[in-house]
Amino acid sequence: MTLAETPLVRFAGVHKSYDGATLAVRDLDLDVQRGEFLTLLGPSGSGKTTTLMMLAGFETPSGGEILFDGRPITGTPPHRRNFGMVFQNYALFPHLTVGENVAYPLTVRRVSAAECTTRVNNALEMVRLGGLASRRPDQLSGGQRQRVALARALVFDPAMVLMDEPLGALDKQLREHMQVELKDLHRRLGVTFVYVTHDQGEALAMSDRVAVFNDGALQQVDTAERLYEEPANRFVASFVGDNTALAGHVAAIDADFADVTLDCHATLRGRLIGPAAPGTAVQVTIRPERVIVRDGGGANTVPATVQDVVYLGDHLRLRCGIDGRTTAIVKRPVGSGAAPAIGARTHLEFPAEHVRIYP
Amino acid sequence: MEAVADTMADVRVALRRDARHRTATALILVLPLALFLLLTFLVPIGALLWRAVDNPEIARAVPRTVAALARWDAASPPPDQAYAAFVADLQALREQTDAGMLARRLNTEVGGARSLVMNAWRAQPLPAAVDAAAVRAQLIALDPRWEEPWIWQAIAKNGARLTPDYLLASVDLKRAADGSIVTMEADRSAFRRILARTFGIAAIVTAIALVLAYPLAWWLSTMAPRRANVLLIVVLVPFWTSILVRVAAWIVLLQSGGLVNQALRGIGLIDQPLALLFNRTGVVIAMVHILLPFMVLPLYSVMKSIPRDYVRAAVSLGSHPLAAFLRVYVPQTYAGVAAGSLLVFILAIGYYVTPALLGGPEDQMLSYSVAQYANVHLDWGMACALGSVLLAATLVLYAIYRRLARMEPALA
Repeated sequence: MTLAETPLVRFAGVHKSYDGATLAVRDLDLDVQRGEFLTLLGPSGSGKTTTLMMLAGFETPSGGEILFDGRPITGTPPHRRNFGMVFQNYALFPHLTVGENVAYPLTVRRVSAAECTTRVNNALEMVRLGGLASRRPDQLSGGQRQRVALARALVFDPAMVLMDEPLGALDKQLREHMQVELKDLHRRLGVTFVYVTHDQGEALAMSDRVAVFNDGALQQVDTAERLYEEPANRFVASFVGDNTALAGHVAAIDADFADVTLDCHATLRGRLIGPAAPGTAVQVTIRPERVIVRDGGGANTVPATVQDVVYLGDHLRLRCGIDGRTTAIVKRPVGSGAAPAIGARTHLEFPAEHVRIYP
Repeated sequence: MEAVADTMADVRVALRRDARHRTATALILVLPLALFLLLTFLVPIGALLWRAVDNPEIARAVPRTVAALARWDAASPPPDQAYAAFVADLQALREQTDAGMLARRLNTEVGGARSLVMNAWRAQPLPAAVDAAAVRAQLIALDPRWEEPWIWQAIAKNGARLTPDYLLASVDLKRAADGSIVTMEADRSAFRRILARTFGIAAIVTAIALVLAYPLAWWLSTMAPRRANVLLIVVLVPFWTSILVRVAAWIVLLQSGGLVNQALRGIGLIDQPLALLFNRTGVVIAMVHILLPFMVLPLYSVMKSIPRDYVRAAVSLGSHPLAAFLRVYVPQTYAGVAAGSLLVFILAIGYYVTPALLGGPEDQMLSYSVAQYANVHLDWGMACALGSVLLAATLVLYAIYRRLARMEPALA
C-alpha cells in the first residue's frame, strides 16, 4: 500500500468493554480518510463517543488496534497524539483569558512568545473573534465560547480535529449557523475532522461521510445521500430521516426486487436489502416525500384514511392510517393541489424504486 | 392617553404593595434568627470590645481625687487638695468590698498599692483637720509612702472611664507616666511572643492540613458519589467525637510507651522513644487531626464541581497530565484552598483545650492567656483585650481574603 492509499486512521477489530460483561464498542473496522469530515452518528449509548475517546487516547481499546498513518497508536498517551479536541461543554479554562486559552497548546510546545502571539491572533481571526483575546471565557456567549474552543483546537496545526457534540449546548438557530461555519472552516483548512453527534440533521448537513452506530456496532459508513437513499438496514433507515415502516411477509423474490404481502393484505413491490426467502417477515420502508397520494387504486398502492394534516410552511405533512393499525407519513409540497380533508379516504402509491425491504 | 397613564399608575401601586408584602414576609421569616444572632453573637462581641477599654473602678471609687489630680503634671509632688479629696473619697466608701475593689485595681497597676490603700481606709475617719495641708500630713504620718508620687500617678492615669491600657498591654505596649506610648519592659512583656506563637502554630497546622487534605479531597472527588459519601463520613468522624476524648486518645497514642513510639521502635527506626507529648509536635498533630475536615470539605465541594473535561482538554492540547493538573486543575481549586485555609487558620488561632492538654508551657496559645486572666487573675479587662486582638486578627485575615477574591475571581 502506498502512502496515498493509507487511511489517516484505521480502526482494526477494535473492542471496548468498561465492565468486562458488555461491549460498548464491538468489532469496529473503520477508516478515516485524509482531509475528510467524518461524523460518528448514533443514539446515546451507541458507542460513538467511546470510539472518539479511544481515538483521542482517553480510553484504551480492550482489543484490536488503532492505526494512525499506518502506525499503531494504542500505546501513545493522549498528549503525544497531536489531535485537537473540542468538548461539548467547551472546556475553556475559566482562570485564563481567551488569548491565554488559545495560546495554551503553543506554550506547551514551547513556541516563542512572538510567534505565539501571531498564531493566536490568526486563530482568533479565523473564527472571527479577533480583538476578544483579553476577555475571560465567562464574558462570552455560548457561540463565542465554541469558537474559542475551535481556535484552541486548531492553533497548533493538529494532525486531526476531534469534536464531541460541540454544538449540543447551542440553540437551534446558532447551531445551524455554526454548522455552516464548521463546514466552511473544514473546506478552507483541509484538516481531517472527526465529529460526534446524535443529531442526524447535523450529521447530514456537514459531513463528507457519516458512520452510523447502534448498540456498540457500526451500522453503515456512507455519504449523506447514500445514507438517506440507501440505508443498509432497518436501524439506519429509521434513525436517519423520517420513514414509514409497514410489516409484511415476502411473497416472491425477483433479483433485486421482492413482492411483499402486507399484514393488511395489500401487496407492495420494492428493492430487497439483505438476504430473505419467500415467507420471511420483513419491514417495508419508504421516505415520506416519495409517497404519492392518489384518488384511485393502482400498482403498488394501498388504501388509506387521512388522519391528520399539519401545515409546516414549506410543506404539508399528512398522517394516514393504513388498515387502522399502521400510520404512514406523507410529505407534500405546498401548492401541489388542494389538501385532502381529515377523514377522507384516499390511496397511497409507494413507487417500487423507492421502496426498501429489510428482513 | 390618560387612561393608559391611569392604568400604569394602578400597576405601580399594585407592584409597590406586592413588594411591601414580600419584604414584610421576608422580615418575619428572618426575625427569629436575627434576634438570636443579636443576643448570642453581636451583644457578647460588643460587651467584649467594651470591657477591653472599660475602666470604671477608680473613676467610680475616688471621683474627687481624680478631679483634683486633673491638672497635675505627674512629676511634681501631688497638690494638697488631692490628699484632702482622697480622704473624703475614702470616707465616702462605706463597704469594705468597695475599698477592696479600689485597692485591687490599683494593685494591678503598682505593687504594694493594696496594703497602702486598705490601711488608709481602715484609719478613717481621721481627726478633723484645719486645711488640706494638714490632711496631707496626717496621711503621710499614717504611711510615709503617701509622699511618693507613684500611687498618685496610678490614680491619675486611670481616672478616665475608658482606658487604652488593656489593649496596649495585649500587644506589649504601655503608657509612660507622661502619657507617651512605650514598649513594655522585657520581663513583663509576653503577648507579642504568644501572639507570634499562636499565628505560627496556626500557620503550620493550616499548611499540614492543606498538604494532607488536597490529595484526599481530589481522590474523593473522582469517586462515584456513593463511595465518596461513605468515605466522607470517615473523614467526618473526628468531627463527631468529643474534643476531650480525642485529646485523651492522642495522649494514649503519643506517650513515650504509646502505640506510635512502640511501633517505631518495633520496626527499628528509633532506639529512644520520641518526645511527642507535651511539646509542639503533639499540639500540631492533634490540631491537624481535629481541623482536617474543615479543609477537606471546602476542597471537596470545589473539586466536585470541576468537570473532568478541563484536564482532558489540556491533555488533548499536548500538556503532560501532571502539567495539565498543575496548570489547569489546581488554579481552579484556589477558591477551595483559600476557603479551607482561612477556616482552619481562624479556628486554629482560637485553640485552647488541645494546647493546654497536649502542649508544654511554651506551646500555649493566646486563648490560654485569655483563660488565665478571666479565670485566675479575674482581670476581665485584660482577658477581653486579648480576645479583641484575636477578633481583630480574624477580621484582618477575612479582609485580606476578600481583597484577594476581588483581584482573582476564581477565589470567590
